[in-house]
Amino acid sequence: MFKRPAALKNWFFYIFVVTIVWGCGYLHPGFAATSGSNVFDDGIACLLDDSFAQKAAAVEKLADSGDERAEEILQALLAGDLFYIKATQQLVVSRAEGNGYALRSALTGDALGVQKKRALKKVGINNTIRGQLESALARLRLSHPNPDIRLAAINQMLGTITPNSAALLRGLRDSEPDRDVRVALQTALSLIVLRSGPTTDKAQKQAALEHLAGNLNPAVRNELTLLAGNEADTQIRLAAKAILDGIDARLAFFNFLETLFFGLSLGSVLVLAAIGLAITFGVIGVINMAHGELIMLGAYTAYVLQQLLPDAIGAALMLSIPAAFLVSGLTGLVIERTIIRFLYGRPLETLLATFGLSLILQQAVRSIFSPLNRSVATPAWMSGAIPINAALSLTTNRVVILFFTLLVFAGLCLLLKKSALGLQVRAVSQNRAMARAMGVRAARVDALTFGLGSGIAGIAGVALSQLTNVGPNLGQAYIVDSFMVVVFGGVGNLWGTLLGGLSLGVINKFLEPWAGAVLAKILILVVIILFIQKRPQGLFPQKGRATG
Amino acid sequence: MGILLAVGILVPLLNLTVSTAHPLHVSTYTMTLLGKYLCYALLAMAVDMVWGYLGILSLGHGVFFALGGYVMGMYLMRQIGDRGVYGNALLPDFMVFLNWKGLPWFWHGFDGFWFAMLMVLVVPGLLALVFGWFAFRSRVTGVYLSIMTQALTYALMLAFFRNEMGFGGNNGLTDFKDILGFSLQSDHTRAGLYVASVIALALGYTSCRWITTSRLGKLATAIRDQEDRARFIGYRVEDAKLWIFTFSAILAGIAGALYVPQVGIINPTEFAPLASIEIVIWVAVGGRATLYGAVVGAVIINYAKSFLTAAFPDAWLFGLGALFVMVTLFLPHGLVGMARHTYFSRKRAPHAGT
Repeated sequence: MFKRPAALKNWFFYIFVVTIVWGCGYLHPGFAATSGSNVFDDGIACLLDDSFAQKAAAVEKLADSGDERAEEILQALLAGDLFYIKATQQLVVSRAEGNGYALRSALTGDALGVQKKRALKKVGINNTIRGQLESALARLRLSHPNPDIRLAAINQMLGTITPNSAALLRGLRDSEPDRDVRVALQTALSLIVLRSGPTTDKAQKQAALEHLAGNLNPAVRNELTLLAGNEADTQIRLAAKAILDGIDARLAFFNFLETLFFGLSLGSVLVLAAIGLAITFGVIGVINMAHGELIMLGAYTAYVLQQLLPDAIGAALMLSIPAAFLVSGLTGLVIERTIIRFLYGRPLETLLATFGLSLILQQAVRSIFSPLNRSVATPAWMSGAIPINAALSLTTNRVVILFFTLLVFAGLCLLLKKSALGLQVRAVSQNRAMARAMGVRAARVDALTFGLGSGIAGIAGVALSQLTNVGPNLGQAYIVDSFMVVVFGGVGNLWGTLLGGLSLGVINKFLEPWAGAVLAKILILVVIILFIQKRPQGLFPQKGRATG
Repeated sequence: MGILLAVGILVPLLNLTVSTAHPLHVSTYTMTLLGKYLCYALLAMAVDMVWGYLGILSLGHGVFFALGGYVMGMYLMRQIGDRGVYGNALLPDFMVFLNWKGLPWFWHGFDGFWFAMLMVLVVPGLLALVFGWFAFRSRVTGVYLSIMTQALTYALMLAFFRNEMGFGGNNGLTDFKDILGFSLQSDHTRAGLYVASVIALALGYTSCRWITTSRLGKLATAIRDQEDRARFIGYRVEDAKLWIFTFSAILAGIAGALYVPQVGIINPTEFAPLASIEIVIWVAVGGRATLYGAVVGAVIINYAKSFLTAAFPDAWLFGLGALFVMVTLFLPHGLVGMARHTYFSRKRAPHAGT
């Protein structure tokens, strides 16, 4: 309490200075920066005052100061992170750490070490100030030097905009250098015109409507819906209706694109999971029921590497791609050498034996890592979304995985088409007896192919770990789907697998809103069952004398 | 057969007449457990018919078992009447819970025991007939067919997990009270169900034996070993496959219908692909194409499962997985095949070289 007179004295002094300096600033624009910084100091001083009225004034001052530090301070105030040190009256931003608070000077940004809570006093706010803070922050962002932040701020306030801000926005629009921001400001102004009631000139309204055509912001759409239903003037109402229809058509189009994207994303996962299976099935004619578990092993490899390198999530993920390839590939090699090679020519027995293996692998993982699901963290460059426009944004990790799938696919194609091993693999898959007669060591090719297919399953596991949780049942969820993709695309045909997987993913996603997720899956299974009746060899039957 | 008959008569007798203190007394729990194994044995026999004699590895026989079970479950649900938690005489509990107003059309008629029993045969049979007609006509064979059967059971599992299907969602059908007016809790009813299982297994075995030794059975073996040749000779391969497949599905349905009142619940996990593959391993362990091998395999493995899942819960999947691998690698003809082999080799020891 005793400090109030001092603060008050300061306050008067500052008003005096500010009035003078403002006057100067008005005459000489070059002085504006100085004046801003004074208003800023003034605002900071007011913040330390206990009365809410003073704090409210402080918020306004800080917002108007034009100082870069203002936004951070206001945000800290809103979040309740703004304190001052009792002893020195120094304003700090603090963060709970251990028993005390880690402090940072609000003015200079310097770290001030950790203090006990007792030494600090919070700058308290009430609901009025909270509302004031929000609008002040919005205004601050509107004049932020970064055009993207300005744009986001405008789009955020579109829904709640009132005619009161018309003058401010008009001023901003006229001085705005960035085209996109100018358009957004014009949109805000148009909305204000439309909301202004019957007094406004009709031509003005029509021009405003004109400007809103094709705008995808939900606030615009809401306003137009209101207008198309309630507007007294028939002409305007019809115009609003027409523009609304145009917007809806665009929205439907972007919705379509979004569904397509999700379908392709699901499809890419299916392709990744199925492509290793396609290779082994195509070349050896063996169904590997443990394929899903090899995927799971890859996902756990990613998890383990991330546990080993907790500070470098991105690097660990990158490292886990070759690591998972090795882990799953070697496991596959061992499986081939110890079990599958004794069962060639008995596909049904192979199916059972590999199924047994999948049970063993699952239980092993369950015993080692516990049956609980583990989550693998997503590195920063893969999280978030890529915004295309107000109606469409693509999740980054899905985009990355889509491209990753294409990369793996291209690499695999290259390997099979250009390398010596690829040549042998293709020879054996087309005609085993003839290939052996030509000197291809078929048994070695079988083993390597199996290892390759398993390794790719491991890579698929790394990709999957970015989309879902990693658990012992991860593989099971994908095994039936992977088979469907292989069978649908045509056995032993990589392109068939790619197209089959992508189209199954897309079909699934387009059926989902119409039939629900589970029913869509059932429908797909039924369709595939019927499809196999018609074309047992899949979409792209293998040419040549397949051993089948 | 003799053993089956003895077990069939002795067990319920020992359960009902011998006092609980007597060392020869068989507890109701043991009898119910045995009854469950017998249902599994019947199911294994059904799989053996198509896998052992016809060469079709069905990874979806659990579908027919579960459908038979669901039909029985529907009948038992209707018998609950107004003794449910909600006391609604018209609707089963889960429908009241889901706020349904009326009985869905496919639930009508299940008040009647004989209609339900007919459906136990018709529903799995019809599905097998339709599925088989599509599959065999377009000559889908080998692993393709296996995967398709797996897809079938997977799809139905997803479907039955949905509440909207009208079969109780993931809780399935349970809380049964009585069958044909006899309480399911009483020892006498349980003994009756046990005897019914024994009879069903005996009849199933007899009819399977009859089929496999008939001309149709010979044709089936021919199809298994050389499908194209059998077709070229002029046999209607598709028809033979279709009828045996359907017959096997009906057997599986009967097994399911007997299984449900004994364990007291049916839910969609019976459709899980793993459940169907487990049946195959029973047959593989017992010995393919022997019928009684399937029975032996089903009983042994399920006994081991009951024991191991209680004693070492973690080890069971390891054991089951290892069993798959070992049996396919080292015991291609199963236990029965091994027993036969040692028996014959001792007999023919002087000649050797078989």
